Amino acid sequence: MSVRHALLALLSEGPKYGLRLRQEFESRTGEVWPLNVGQVYTTLQRLERDGLVESDDPEGEGPHKGFRITPAGGRELARWLRTPPETMPPPRDELVIKVLVALSVPGVDVHELIQVHRRHLVELMQHYTYLKAEASEHEVGLALVVDAELFRLEAVVRWLDAADVRLTSLPTASPSAAPVVGPAQRRRRLEVGR
Amino acid sequence: MTAMLELRQVSKVYGSGPTEVQALVEIDLSVDGGELVAVMGPSGSGKSTLLTIAGSLEEPTSGEVLVGGSALSGMARNQQARLRRRLIGYVFQDFNLLAGLTAVENVALPLELDGVSAKAARPVGLAALEELGLADRAGRYPDELSGGERQRVAIARAVVGDRRLLLADEPTGALDSVNGEGVMRLLRAACKRGVAGVVVTHDAQLASWADRVVFLRDGRVVDQTVRPPGAESLLTPGPSR
Repeated sequence: MSVRHALLALLSEGPKYGLRLRQEFESRTGEVWPLNVGQVYTTLQRLERDGLVESDDPEGEGPHKGFRITPAGGRELARWLRTPPETMPPPRDELVIKVLVALSVPGVDVHELIQVHRRHLVELMQHYTYLKAEASEHEVGLALVVDAELFRLEAVVRWLDAADVRLTSLPTASPSAAPVVGPAQRRRRLEVGR
Repeated sequence: MTAMLELRQVSKVYGSGPTEVQALVEIDLSVDGGELVAVMGPSGSGKSTLLTIAGSLEEPTSGEVLVGGSALSGMARNQQARLRRRLIGYVFQDFNLLAGLTAVENVALPLELDGVSAKAARPVGLAALEELGLADRAGRYPDELSGGERQRVAIARAVVGDRRLLLADEPTGALDSVNGEGVMRLLRAACKRGVAGVVVTHDAQLASWADRVVFLRDGRVVDQTVRPPGAESLLTPGPSR
């Protein structure tokens, strides 16, 4: 999450004080992203240095220093909103690595291991759903942030489900039985579309 | 608290010899009033069989099912049917509403089948619809309702009267995620009022509405969640860019 661009978005509504920016940042993100004061001011200083915001008192400090967005800041915000976010390359996913490694560790029941992770993820989802269920219907920011996390976790559970079925229907599949594919070739396959 | 639903060592076998299929193996499951339990598992894990046996729509091969403390195995068929009508509500993926009846007639139907006059059943049906925000749709036929509305009517029918056990098989079916969430909110609310609920699903988002999630695999309970969802905060700050 880019604190920098979230602050630009808040300033696009009009000039604001540093303290108010912090409060609005937290309420707009459903309070699931608490910021410390230092993070807000450091980011505002950098935005000012880069000409993306202006303050009413460049030498001043403190929570009542006012900021406004510059035209360059407006352009940067528009560019960022439309730029697809970076996605993590699959080989760095720790859970994928654990399941792959488990396939070659003697004595490890990979289905049981998958279930351990599935249960953990579903428990996390229960807690997020609880937050959403207990929240007022007007807390749209919270619902959006919780939905994003629920869809992300659901995708991981679905991957585990698919892995579980795949490893059941192909009981002989193991890294040693698989045809040898060079690391460079594997990387090329996985980099499609990135 | 007394369990509203209890499965004791329930097994179910279909066929015999080389075609024998063991659908459920020694299932123990207990659901209290006020509790919503999700049973999660892949296709063929025995989820739907578990639900039909819990709802007395099918007999187990061995083991015992108790609803409201009464063992189904000791009951005559007409007693079982009566218990189904009075205590158990079902919600299916495809709603199962009768096309020739209006929303309120569909909701009041279980009461009428149980001997309540149409005149007395109608206001009870209307009250159930009103609780789900559908009072203005009472006179509409199923094909005049949206998918989300049809499923809400099905839930109203499942909880009408004094039903104590709600059984749902993939209840959000083909609904989009926001309408599906609406359905789960209603099921959760019914359970908060004291009904015991069981939802079977392969969908983790649906299951996450439950107080407890039981995992089924090859007809066996292999695991269940251990932490009930609560108010403790998950909201710890992560690294920012």
